[in-house]
Order: sequence, then structure tokens, then C-alpha cells
Amino acid sequence: MRLPAGREPAPTLRTGAGLDILPLLISAFALAALLLGGFVVVAPNRLLSGTPLSLWHAAGPGGAATMLAILGAIALLAVCPAFRFQRVLIGLAAGALMVLALALAGMAASEQAAAAGRLTRVSLGAGFWTLFLAGLLLLADCAEREPRRAGKALPLLATLIGLAALLTSGRLAQLSLAREYAVRQQAYWDELVRHLELTGAGLALALVAGGAIGLMAYRRPRRAGPVFAVLNIVQTIPSLALFALLIGPITLLTGLLPGLRQLGISGIGPTPAILALGLYGLLPVARGVHAGLSAVPNTVVEAALGMGMTRRQIVHNTLIPLALPTLLQTLRLTLVQLIGLAVLAALIGAGGLGAFIFQGLGQTAADLVLLGALSAIALALLADTALRGLTLFLVRRPAQ
Amino acid sequence: MRRAAARRAAGLAAGRLARRPVVWVGAVFLGLTFGMGTLAPYLGFLFPAGTRLVYTRASFPELVASHALLTGAASLIAIAIGLAAALFATRPTGRPYAATLDRLGALAQTFPPVAVLALAVPSLGYGALPTAFALVLYGVLPVLGAGMAGLSSVPAAVLEAADGTGFSPAGRLWRIELPLAAPILLAGIRTSVTIGIGTATIGSTVGALTLGSPIIDGLSGDNPAFVLQGTVLVALFAVTVDLAIGEAQRALPQRAR
Repeated sequence: MRLPAGREPAPTLRTGAGLDILPLLISAFALAALLLGGFVVVAPNRLLSGTPLSLWHAAGPGGAATMLAILGAIALLAVCPAFRFQRVLIGLAAGALMVLALALAGMAASEQAAAAGRLTRVSLGAGFWTLFLAGLLLLADCAEREPRRAGKALPLLATLIGLAALLTSGRLAQLSLAREYAVRQQAYWDELVRHLELTGAGLALALVAGGAIGLMAYRRPRRAGPVFAVLNIVQTIPSLALFALLIGPITLLTGLLPGLRQLGISGIGPTPAILALGLYGLLPVARGVHAGLSAVPNTVVEAALGMGMTRRQIVHNTLIPLALPTLLQTLRLTLVQLIGLAVLAALIGAGGLGAFIFQGLGQTAADLVLLGALSAIALALLADTALRGLTLFLVRRPAQ
Repeated sequence: MRRAAARRAAGLAAGRLARRPVVWVGAVFLGLTFGMGTLAPYLGFLFPAGTRLVYTRASFPELVASHALLTGAASLIAIAIGLAAALFATRPTGRPYAATLDRLGALAQTFPPVAVLALAVPSLGYGALPTAFALVLYGVLPVLGAGMAGLSSVPAAVLEAADGTGFSPAGRLWRIELPLAAPILLAGIRTSVTIGIGTATIGSTVGALTLGSPIIDGLSGDNPAFVLQGTVLVALFAVTVDLAIGEAQRALPQRAR
């Protein structure tokens, strides 16, 4: 049993009861990062490296005090005896931590730009990232452990709205990341849409072909072994090689059949990228469909047959509803994986968010790299969260 | 007569060995690694005229050695960290943290490897270092997951029986738990190493010298010959290593019994 990228379904663990240590640990860690690391980094221009500025200097006593108050509140909530809204409150505080950290960094950037001129670049420092990541971890932890759906959704939505409001308010405009975005606004949205198109097309391919293979493996168990062995080999090939490997054959094919070229198919560009993404998605989808259907007890199918259900009714009313948690989990893991892999599409001329990453790496422009990489991470996290939400909405008991 | 039987058994074993895919895939891989330099000049018919056919930045054995060294070292570190964390999370003192570690791993896996690789560059510079960082980070997760799953899959009755027979905690771990967890653990290590080889390939985008280097150089320099040479070798490398660990997995149950 081997899923790609180690994405085995979470095993059930024998966990003992104990003090809720994570929020404490994280707020202590964030506090240390605050006191030691640079909150923002001020550089004289885009390519030179800068000097770190601590939170105290960057945000002033007021900002630092508010931040400490939130960290203290999280630690206090964590050591409290359990009460009804404990998780929701910790989640909300974690969200506030993230939004406040970003707002303070934006304010510091505006001040520095006003004081030192247009060329100055203020980028986010290690202290900021530690705080932001700590908030993200806490938020994920609370969403996972809170039993009620509304309690899971509230902190997440509040944080998302807060971050979105901050991003659109223009208060961050002087951060180097925002300035990197401002000079290529149109290109950014084009590449983002391209990234989504590539991922979507690859996913569709994987769902159709992988679904068919999974169904076939379920119906004819004897063929399942060899089929999965072949798909396993595809999964073993390094992603970069798979992307590049497809260029040659497709170029050859378009050379032999010029009609294909008129359809917009060529060896460089989206065609090999989509094909590679689809191939990478085959195994997780096929295995997920196979595992989901196989997990439905035979007795249930027999009972449905005994009740006189037709084949179609059995599939629609018995197999699919019972396999739904696993199927949705498969969809989530595959989508997240393909979003990450689509970054490589830029290397074979297909565009996507990877274009900024590789452009930035080539120019040693860290902020451009950051723009592409953070967007890809945010996209993956959003897709993961949205599909987890959908799963909670559609099924009572998500797959374990 | 007994000697004849032994010889026949040895011959059968050798025959069976020769039929294992790992042997011939590995042979093709090694042959191409050392033969690519000789073979390359004759591949001109595959590519547009005027394509440079011989990769000159480093020889293919050098690239393979560098790739293997990077992946191997990072995988060893990742396995050590992952196993240590899994052991900690399944001991009485660490058990309260198991769920947290598990969630942390799930969150980390959402992050695209290329993005993490690129994010490591500003602080670690270009070259092998950021690649090794990303390799270790992504290598730990499958080992940790598989280690926790494997160690907690040992039935409680077995553990009680071991305690009742007078095993010390260390002896129980070494002689009962680890052997029983080994199949799942090895599957995790297999995934970890496979991911490592793939991530190391991407590492050449940040300047690490691996089998990805001819691919990247070929893509940016519009040279399909380099791309083909790199992809074929790295694919064969990954499949060979995967099959080799698969053989170890197959050999394991007999030893564990």
C-alpha cells in the first residue's frame, strides 16, 4: 500500500489524554521569534540584501504590545480547563495573530518607504514568518479538533475575510511583495488563471482515466495487481523527468500529423504539462476509487441485490454513498498534489505560477520567487480547506 | 547427490534473480550511465540537425554520483529524524504529542515541494544546500507517518505478552515492535526515497548538480538531446532504486518471522 508523496490516510493513533500542549508550545515559539528574529527586513533596493528590524522598532510599542497580548491570550486559553468555546476562541486568536502580523508589517513598510525613499524595499523577515506560520498551525489544529461544523468554519472564515480585507485595503502596498505584484498585475492574474487551467485539465484527465482504471480494478480484481504495478512505475519517475519526457513524443506526433498543430497541440507548452499532470494523478485516483469501492462490505451489496435493486441503483444508492468519504479524500489529495506539480509546467513553457518562481530564481530576485511560491502554497492550502469543508458538508463521518 | 541438489538450487536462485526486474533495469541504468558519453554522438538522427549531442558540464557518472550522494545523505538524515520522532510519539511520554505530529505532517504535505525549495534559496543560497533542506523536510514526513502507523499497528496483546515474558522496554522495541512494524516502515522509507530522488531532480533549478541538470540546461538552451539523456537516466535511476527497496520489502517477512 503506497500512495504518492507519502499521502497515506492518517492512521488512527493510540493517543493518551494530556494537557493541550500545542498552543502553548507555539505561542512560546512565536514569542521567542518575536524577541530574537527580524520582523521585517529593510534593503536599499530590490537586489541588495537588507538589515533586519525587530517588531519593537518596526511596529512601535503599541503594535508590539498588542501582539504580546494576543500571544498571552492564546497561552491563557490553552491552560484553561476545557470549556465549550475554547477551540473556537483559540482559533479566532490565531487568526487575529496572522492578520495583525501582516497589518503591522504593512504599516512598517509604509513608514520606511516614506522615510527612506522609493527604492527602499521592505520585505517580510524570519520573525514575521514564524508568527504567521504559528498562527496557521494553530488555526489548522483548532479546525481539526473542534467537533462542531460551525466551530470549525468560524475561525477559518474570519481569518480569510480579515486577510482579504487587508490585501484589498492597500495598506500593504509598500511591502516589497506587493510592489513586485504591482508591476506585473496583469501577468500575475494571467499566470494564476493558467495555473488553475492546467491543474483543472490535468485533474479532469486523471479523474476520467483513473476513475475508469479504478472501476476496472474493482470489477476484475485479478487484473488489479499488474495495472497498479505499471501506475506505480509512472509515479516513481521524477516529476521533472515526466514533464520533459513527454515533449519529445508529442513533437514527433505533431511532426507526423500536422493537423494536430492546427488544434493548438505542440511539444512545448500546455499539452505535455496537462498530460504529465494527468499521468501523475492516475495512480492516486485509481487507487482511491478502488479502495473506496472495495471498502464497501460485500454483504451490503448482496443485501441490495436481494432487495431487488438494479445494477444502476446499487451503484447510485449503495456503492457511491458508502465510498463517498474515500472518494472525496482522493479528490482532495490529488488536487493538492497537482496544484504543487503544476509549478513545474513553467519549465516546459506552459506558464503558471512557476513562471514567477523560475524567473525570480534566474534574476536572484527573492521577492519574485516569494510571490510565485506563496501563491502556489496559498492555492494548495485553499483547495485543501475547501475540499475538507465540502467533505464535512456532504458526509457525516469523513474518511480516516 | 546433495551437492548436485545444492548446485541446482543455487542455479535456480540465480535464474530467479536474473528474472527479477531490478536486475535488468539496474543493468540498463548502469550501462547507460557509463555508456551515454560513447553513445551520445550517434544519436544525431533523433534530433534536429546542429543539436549539440554531448553534455559537457559534467560526465554522466559524475551526475549520477552527485545525485545519489545528495539523495542518500538527505534520506539517511530524514529516516533518522522520522524514525526518532515516530519512536517518541509511540512511547508513553510522547503519546500525547502523536496527534499533533500527525497534523503537522498533514499540513506540511500541502506545501508544494518546488515552492519550499525556492523559498529556501534566499536564506540558504543556491546549490546543494537548499536542495538538501527540502529533501530532508519532505523525506521525514512519509517515514514519520509510516513509523507511527507501523508501531501503533502492533497488537496490544502482543505487547502485553512481551511484557509478561519479561522483555525490557528496549528489548521489546528492538525484538518485537520494530520487526513487526518493519513492512509498513519500509514502505514509508520507499516513498521517502522516491520523493527524494524526484526533489533532487528539481534541485537543479536552484543550482544543485544532479541528473536534473542536463534536463534544465536542455530546456533552457533548447537542446532536446540533453533533455532526453537526463530524463531517461533519472527515470531509470528512480525505478531501479524503487525496485531494489521493493526487493528488500519482499525479503523482509521471512526474516521477521
